[in-house]
Amino acid sequence: MRYMLLIYGPEQSPTEPGEDAMADMAPWLAYTQWLRDEGIYVAADPLAPTTSATTVRVREGGRQTVDGPFAETKEVLGGYYIVEAPDLDSAIEAAARCPGAQYGSMEVRPIVDMPAG
Amino acid sequence: MEDDLDTVVERTFREESGRAIASLIRLTGDFDLAEEAVQEAFVVAVERWPGDGIPSNPGAWITTVARNRALDRVRRARRFEERRAALARDATERIEAQEAALVEATEAEMDAVIPDDRLRLIFTCCHPALAPEARVGLTLRTLGGLSTTEIARAFLVPEPTLAQRLVRAKRKIREAAIPYRVPPPEHLPERLDGVLQVLYLVFNEGYAATSGDTLIRQDLCAEAIRLARVLGSLMPDEPEVLGLLALLLLDDARRVARTDATGSIVLLEDQDRGLWDRDAIDEGRTLVARALRMGRPGPYQLQAAIAAVHDEAPTPEATDWPQIAALYSSLAGMTRSPVVELNRAVAVAMVEGPAAGLELADGLGNELGGYPYLHSTRADLLRRLARWREAAAAYEAALSLATNSAERAFLQRRLVEARLAGGEDGGGPMSPT
Repeated sequence: MRYMLLIYGPEQSPTEPGEDAMADMAPWLAYTQWLRDEGIYVAADPLAPTTSATTVRVREGGRQTVDGPFAETKEVLGGYYIVEAPDLDSAIEAAARCPGAQYGSMEVRPIVDMPAG
Repeated sequence: MEDDLDTVVERTFREESGRAIASLIRLTGDFDLAEEAVQEAFVVAVERWPGDGIPSNPGAWITTVARNRALDRVRRARRFEERRAALARDATERIEAQEAALVEATEAEMDAVIPDDRLRLIFTCCHPALAPEARVGLTLRTLGGLSTTEIARAFLVPEPTLAQRLVRAKRKIREAAIPYRVPPPEHLPERLDGVLQVLYLVFNEGYAATSGDTLIRQDLCAEAIRLARVLGSLMPDEPEVLGLLALLLLDDARRVARTDATGSIVLLEDQDRGLWDRDAIDEGRTLVARALRMGRPGPYQLQAAIAAVHDEAPTPEATDWPQIAALYSSLAGMTRSPVVELNRAVAVAMVEGPAAGLELADGLGNELGGYPYLHSTRADLLRRLARWREAAAAYEAALSLATNSAERAFLQRRLVEARLAGGEDGGGPMSPT
């Protein structure tokens, strides 16, 4: 079954990529490659910083559009992986290996399989 | 006078929509569907006709739009029913698999597999992904066979709350697909630790409080020991498992002597050692020795060893305190726990005198400020040093944090003694009860 690994961590500062950017990317690239090698990679995306987030709510027929994430939190959602795993323990293994686990929190959530239609 | 546009739209629609309704009913056999579809067509007409003009053949227009709307609705309904059918198919498959498994399992298979199954069950119930309070309840419910009522009473939790915890835990196991198995070797040590923690918690729950339902409390201790035995028989080469069982037996051996007839706490040094369960002590000592011989010392083995040293002493004066202090030293090195350091301070006080122990205890104020036993320990050491006013202050601090009624009564008595000895009025400001 599929699990989403949500990567929560300190807000990335929207700096220009410099020399360090490549070094920073290395563990992530290695991790993604590992998931592919294991045959469990389904999808992944980094998310732009919360400074570029917009929150939309529709209440009583009216639409509210607000700048920012849905809630101001210390750890913010930075990206996600979707992996295919036979059980929670395997998904936890995968989450533990993600670079995000070392400086932030990885939330492991089962994806509900809706029958196609 | 010309009717306004809205009225014309409405009248035209009313006159021309009958044909649409009739043909939709003929096609679908569904009055409600036909009416709703035509109603949706009316809404469109009200939007469009004033701007576009009334169609030259309004009846045909209404029929076409209504038919499209009806088709949308029917397609949505079909997709909904397909999803429902798929879910039902999944459920049927699961149930058929269960049926097949039960039918095919032979008598021998059922028996042979039982020990492994209990092990799987223990590890599943104690999975770190489950809420900590739920792990204890689930273990007692499924392995211990205790009723929800009994568990709730033992942990002083309202029964609906406990029931809800168990429901959530089982649902989490299902929805997150927590696997039903003994963890692989690379994870076994930490997972085993979780299991031992749960069993120890169960035991302490039964051992600690003396007020309330004493029968349930005894049951908890007995249940923890029973489960530790099961674990020991299933994992005979795990020294920490033997260590835990030994610890529980050695603590339980003293249970009867721990409280007096009125339910008050009797300190270890004041207990009637004739009431101690010698068989349990012998078994505990044997287990500790066996575990330590395996050469993989661990916290439960060390705690059991400490309990063994206590239980071996025929009198309090005969207690081998240096040995206990040394064991606490090893334990502290292993667990880095300030509580263990506190216990070491007590042992050191017995070996080197209260001042030495006090020095150690004083160093723990930062980490254990909110821990009642830090204050009661300091109070006792100060008392032994005849530093009465400081002792009284420490007893007051302990009382402000202690919740167990038997312990509070004990602390209150000591507080009064300290005040009187310090020349204060024994009935000074009463600490809040």
